[in-house]
Amino acid sequence: MAEIETHEYDVVVIGAGGAGLRAAIEASALGARTALVCKSLLGKAHTVMAEGGIAAAMGNVYAEDNWQVHFRDTMRGGKMLGNCRMAQIHAQEAPARVHELESWGALFDRTDDGRIQQRAFGGHRYDRLAHVGDRTGLEMIRTLQQHAVQEGIDVYMECTISRLLKDGDRISGAVGYWRESGEYVAFKAKAVVLATGGTGKAFRINSNSWEYTGDGHSLAYWAGAELIDMEFIQFHPTGMVWPPSVRGILVTEGVRGDGGTLTNSDGKRFMFGYISDYFRAETAETEEEADRWYDDKLNNRRTPDLLPRDEVARAIVAEVKAGRGSPHGGVFLDIASRRPADYIKRALPSMYHQFKQLADVDITAAAMEVGPTMHYTMGGVRVEPDTGAATVPGLFAAGECAGGMHGANRLGGNSLSDLLVFGRRAGIGAAEYALGLGSPPALADADVASVTTEMDANFGSDGDENPYTIQSDLQDAMHTLVGIIRTGPEIEEALGKIADLKGRAAKASVTGSKAYNPGWHLAMDLRSLLTVSEAIARSAAERTESRGGHTRDDYQETDPEWGKWNLSLSQNADGSMKLEKTPLLEIPADLAALIEEAG
Amino acid sequence: MTQADTSHLEPGTSRTVTLRVFRGDASGGEFVDYTVEMDEGQVVLDVLHTVQATQAGDLAVRWNCKAGKCGSCSAEVNGKPCLMCMTRMNTLDVSKPISVTPIKTFPLIKDLVTDVSFNYEGAKQIPAFAPRAPDAADGSYRMMQQDIERGQEFRKCIECFLCQDVCHVIRDHPENKPNFLGPRQFVRLAELEMHPLDTADRTEFIREAGGIAYCNITKCCTEVCPESIHITDNAIIPLKERVVDKYYDPFRWIFGKLTGRD
Ligand SMILES: Cc1cc2nc3c(=O)[nH]c(=O)nc-3n(C[C@H](O)[C@H](O)[C@H](O)COP(=O)(O)OP(=O)(O)OC[C@H]3O[C@@H](n4cnc5c(N)ncnc54)[C@H](O)[C@@H]3O)c2cc1C
Ligand code: SF4
Ligand code: SF4
Ligand code: FES
Repeated sequence: MAEIETHEYDVVVIGAGGAGLRAAIEASALGARTALVCKSLLGKAHTVMAEGGIAAAMGNVYAEDNWQVHFRDTMRGGKMLGNCRMAQIHAQEAPARVHELESWGALFDRTDDGRIQQRAFGGHRYDRLAHVGDRTGLEMIRTLQQHAVQEGIDVYMECTISRLLKDGDRISGAVGYWRESGEYVAFKAKAVVLATGGTGKAFRINSNSWEYTGDGHSLAYWAGAELIDMEFIQFHPTGMVWPPSVRGILVTEGVRGDGGTLTNSDGKRFMFGYISDYFRAETAETEEEADRWYDDKLNNRRTPDLLPRDEVARAIVAEVKAGRGSPHGGVFLDIASRRPADYIKRALPSMYHQFKQLADVDITAAAMEVGPTMHYTMGGVRVEPDTGAATVPGLFAAGECAGGMHGANRLGGNSLSDLLVFGRRAGIGAAEYALGLGSPPALADADVASVTTEMDANFGSDGDENPYTIQSDLQDAMHTLVGIIRTGPEIEEALGKIADLKGRAAKASVTGSKAYNPGWHLAMDLRSLLTVSEAIARSAAERTESRGGHTRDDYQETDPEWGKWNLSLSQNADGSMKLEKTPLLEIPADLAALIEEAG
Repeated sequence: MTQADTSHLEPGTSRTVTLRVFRGDASGGEFVDYTVEMDEGQVVLDVLHTVQATQAGDLAVRWNCKAGKCGSCSAEVNGKPCLMCMTRMNTLDVSKPISVTPIKTFPLIKDLVTDVSFNYEGAKQIPAFAPRAPDAADGSYRMMQQDIERGQEFRKCIECFLCQDVCHVIRDHPENKPNFLGPRQFVRLAELEMHPLDTADRTEFIREAGGIAYCNITKCCTEVCPESIHITDNAIIPLKERVVDKYYDPFRWIFGKLTGRD
């Protein structure tokens, strides 16, 4: 084998979104030699696109807010399937992480007394989201990026990791390729932190970028780690629906948080007809109460427009199905008739421009058309709540590619806070593990060679399948058969198609050279995309109930018995997928009491 | 030249458009015409994706958000620097081929992808943010909205580097690159200098390493900024004033820093 470029580090962080940057900053601060690797340029990860805000119970707008209430909202929003220890750590540590961003230069919108302003969001009892207009993700990633650069962390950009390697049972490094040159590169590492984000590109209509091919999920799975909760996919209720070219692009929940309402073709605020028993006690029953709630959250209950996302997405599907949709198959989201134009432009500048430039709609004058879009992957790598450690020694995960924190459904704003809290903890976990390791693991040449051979095979294939067509066919299959509303037979059909597509992917043909070749990159990404698709479909087939981001038309009830189990996936020796029911982390009495308290 | 077969199209169901895309690398290249179908509402990036998926799988182009938020997809369309994801096809004359070329100021890697490391190297040089101590025990600060508004304007920057692309100081004179950080970094420097919490002084850096004197306020950078940041008026001119003030009138400068009245 020709020598390939090799680097040696204590900790290699894969992914440079909020989670990866925060992990790298922490690992480096603890003295671990740290590298940060990402598929795009630095600062372009998904985190940059986040809009609405970071959830943290700082109590700046409502002094009544505290970590206990945030914890309760998170657990209930996740339909009680989340990991209670993670939800606790998250709620407790989020405020300090937001303050830390400020000390690194972030400029959040302010309250009148000069504190960080907080905005209302779905499923959160009080105004809780720290934000900068509707470009919070940009503020967060830029702050972290600038801090990481200032700390001198080594960054490998436009470098994609294809496989993790092990020495015995523990992690020893990673192998990938430079997108620019197509050359291969190996990292010898004592610990690896996965922070690769989600799986949105497995679905036709999504709010995600080309990067979201489930790489971290797959890298972990191939390396022998467990994935959990893969059946839970968040369809955000409000994606753009028209024109076709923008279908799926996100419309922030902040529109509703700041006063916007959902209406159908009869002009009716239909969400009042979709309040489930589970949330009835905490949801306004009349439009008058809902409207008062925006200004007085202590004496009024939340508008049903801001029920958790799974509830709202299902309601929209039902309205459209009943023939009460908008002209292009969505519903209306109206803030124009409810708030003054200058307020809308100030609070939601990106939304204003997005609609004006891409859809010729002035949101200060007309309603938007919106519909569900695949947005977030709740499932992910199973981790230790306190350290982010996966089930393989030396492997850690944080952010969207880690599982457990959000249970069956994530609340808006809880991702950005998750990235900061668990990014930092995974950074500590990985650094402590790496620095405490006696002998460094060995990177076997033969293992490296087998990965590069595999990448070559994708390039050299003389098949006649177009990788873009394969991805497109997969997106159609997943969207129609494992989408918002699922049935057993349809999921089985999807599994058949996935098996088929795997065969086709092996014959994907690539034209051109290895230098910056998106067709080749996609051909390689298909492996992870197909792996996570199978994981989602298998888990969805197994869970015979409806809960959060998993709705079965053939099992419509939420089954208390299923509420005791996570579905856990790992790889059998023969390469097939092993699916197991594993018991939920039991909730200690003191935390349980927080959830039962006042509805 | 490659030509797609469009004979199967029903008239009126969709229209075809020809993109004249630069294909090549540092060693040279050529324009290649791609004729594809176009859907209602599409942007240039959508059409390029159709080209990629159907005719040129290896066409190199950067993108992420497709909504003007990440600053990845900068290129020159019909010679005009822009974000391809925010450039609607219906704003272009599609009766003629539409040319798509990489941004010019940075070395070409392949097709529409350029080596923008100049900008990342520039960012590394900037003296770090140095905040004063927090105002409260929980690590928080008190700042008024009106005091951060200017900083927030600068922090809207999505690092598309279009301002760098059009700045004649480096576009027409690559030899200036080692001595000039460019408008993007002036925006960053202005943000730091006007940050209510920051305590560092970067005036000397702005003058020396930043090379702000090269800028002769042509405002090309401001005109092209997709975030409508007033790069020249709000960032560059105040920075130039600071440099001049410090250089010629240190007393006025110190007075300004101490009282916040600069
Ligand atoms: C439009 C939009 C708006 C949102 N708004 C909000 C909001 O307001 N509040 C909120 O809390 N959440 C929001 N979310 C969700 C949130 O933004 C994401 O869940 C979060 O940013 C994910 O962060 P991350 O650090 O896990 O991953 P990302 O930021 O996605 O970063 C993933 C990184 O991994 C890298 N990577 C992936 N695979 C590989 C590989 N094989 N090799 C090397 N590198 C790799 C990528 O290049 C990238 O750097 C929003 C999401 C979207 C799409
Ligand atoms: S105003 Fe200055 S920085 Fe901006 S383009 Fe002109 S010369 Fe360059
Ligand atoms: S200042 Fe404007 S043009 Fe320059 S990089 Fe930032 S967003 Fe782009
Ligand atoms: S793809 Fe993000 S700005 Fe164009």
